[in-house]
Amino acid sequence: MVTVKGAWLMVSVGILSLLSCGDKSRYIIGAGSSFDNPLFSKMFYSYFRARGVKVNYQSIGSGGGISQLINRTIDFGASDVPMNEEQDSLSPGDVLHVPITVSAVVLSYNLPELKDTLRLSPQVLASLFLGRITRWNDTAIAALNPGVPLPDLPVVIAHRSDGSGTTNIFTGYLSRVSKEWDGRVGRGSSVNWPAGLGGKGNEGVAGLIRQTHGAIGYIELAFAMQNKMSFGKIRNRAGRFITPSIASIGAAADIAMPADGKASLADTGAPDGYPISSFSWVLIYKEQGYRRHPRENAAQLLQLLDWMIHDGQQYSSALYYAPLSPAAVSAGDALLQSVTYEGGSILTQKNL
Amino acid sequence: MNMETSIPASVIPSPVVRDGAGLRKRVRRTFRQIRGEGAFRSLLLIAGGLLVVLVLGILLTLITQSLPSIRLLGLKFIWGSTWNPVRNVYGAWPFLLGTLLTSFLALLISIPFSVAIAIFLGEYYPSSWFAGALKNAVELIAAVPSVIYGFWGLAVLVPMVRQLEARFGMEQPLGVGIFSASLILSIMIIPYAASLGRSMIQMVPGHLKEAAYGLGATHWEVIRHVVIPYTRSGLFAGILLSLGRALGETMAVTMVIGNTSILPKSIFSPGNTMASVIANEFTEADKTVYLSALIELGLALFLVTVIINIAGKKIIDRVTNE
Repeated sequence: MVTVKGAWLMVSVGILSLLSCGDKSRYIIGAGSSFDNPLFSKMFYSYFRARGVKVNYQSIGSGGGISQLINRTIDFGASDVPMNEEQDSLSPGDVLHVPITVSAVVLSYNLPELKDTLRLSPQVLASLFLGRITRWNDTAIAALNPGVPLPDLPVVIAHRSDGSGTTNIFTGYLSRVSKEWDGRVGRGSSVNWPAGLGGKGNEGVAGLIRQTHGAIGYIELAFAMQNKMSFGKIRNRAGRFITPSIASIGAAADIAMPADGKASLADTGAPDGYPISSFSWVLIYKEQGYRRHPRENAAQLLQLLDWMIHDGQQYSSALYYAPLSPAAVSAGDALLQSVTYEGGSILTQKNL
Repeated sequence: MNMETSIPASVIPSPVVRDGAGLRKRVRRTFRQIRGEGAFRSLLLIAGGLLVVLVLGILLTLITQSLPSIRLLGLKFIWGSTWNPVRNVYGAWPFLLGTLLTSFLALLISIPFSVAIAIFLGEYYPSSWFAGALKNAVELIAAVPSVIYGFWGLAVLVPMVRQLEARFGMEQPLGVGIFSASLILSIMIIPYAASLGRSMIQMVPGHLKEAAYGLGATHWEVIRHVVIPYTRSGLFAGILLSLGRALGETMAVTMVIGNTSILPKSIFSPGNTMASVIANEFTEADKTVYLSALIELGLALFLVTVIINIAGKKIIDRVTNE
């Protein structure tokens, strides 16, 4: 009997010590976009070294971050996609979208016989993903790539099988540039793909592309850069073929910001901007004085976000994210200053 | 049934024990020991009852959570072949078909192997170094995490299937698809039927086999006419267990099946299964009906498993009563 009691004691001590880890005042808890995770890891590590505040971020996906924010189990969410109407109506308070970084979706392909970078127009891209263009030597593709010998090979489309912000950005772009896409497929985190194969995550899509001769699929820029994958130039609204890079997605994001920060970068008008770019947002409640959320916590959260949109931006380029434009930073500043605690302002210039 | 007559007297625990010095000593049953008996019985009852409550609870949760989708779509959910989260149209038919196709195809591929392994280990070489190695290998197959099968499938099996498809003269050999998923599944489910079959075959009474040998039967005839008929229900139960595993397998399937909601045209087409769709889309399901439709998919999978199990039990009853 003694051993049984001993075991119980050990179990209860174990549980107690687990519970006591959640000392809330010294932690900021966030969850959401897995795309943001590499950048956030670097930022939060530096922030801990600079300010001694730990941030616990779980990269569970944009949708998961939003639903945890709605359930108020986290201090901030992160998403590659603004909240939709249903999520807005479920949310117990107004949610602010603070632009935090800029990302892009690139079109990667497996055509080893091609010496030059493939050039694609929005219409050809939509036709490819609608399953309308089925061979690489199609006249529509050849017209965009004069002098490039295109192989007589079937096109294999690779898309994400899991719901993701990346899919949302890409289908959002296609809906913007093609009426037919908008009518037949539309925009969403997962859509009814008219053609192709699905792979789980960026690595799944990249795997399909690598293995299949003649495959084309969309992946995040950072993933494509890190894995040295070839990707195409896309024609933007100004008529230029743009290679996705930190400079070209930065150019796409350098626009006049709406006050709510929810600017769409799809099919940007910037002449040097890459057209399939998007902001990523940190989501927080405008009114921070909700149940069991102490004032110090709210102040710490705002200081963190303020640091992220200013000092934190220096870590972007090395990790293949584009830094925010001055316009986006000042929109973020204004949003952070509008945050209240029980009606009163928290963030003023003097306590920064 | 009368327990007293069916158990030999030597098995009933005697209250007479020997102490350290080897002297016989009568032990008196204390009140605590008798009360312990009752407590043990209620412990068993609680453990068993909890399981039943749990299964019913899961069913109830699945039903209540899928109500929004059932209300919106009704029976169209099962027969509809369009899965479009953007338009809130959810038809599970392609995934239902994918689940059944991959599972039964996997079963078909695995049965010869699992039965052969069961007979080999149970009847031919119950104990040799090779039998030991084979037995451990079979057990290891069951212990390997499914994501590893998925990786192996994607890296090794899919290119091989692609070459096979190219040899068949398919215009666009993809490699991924229902056939690859079935192959992976068939390997994963072998241990279930093989282990159960092996222990069943080892339990065939020796005198039955010896009688057959005595009548001049060959080894094959003994297996064909004594061992297989005697173990039929056990072998079938093992196969049913394998099928249950195949129906619910998620990770390995998702990695090699191609994940498309377009209806498969052949076994080499890409497809999708119910479990794989749930795993892929659950985290980012951003609308109530969407989430509810995914839960209804889980309910459908639950019901398919239940139906197949009941049908399997019926078949077992019939073959054992023959």
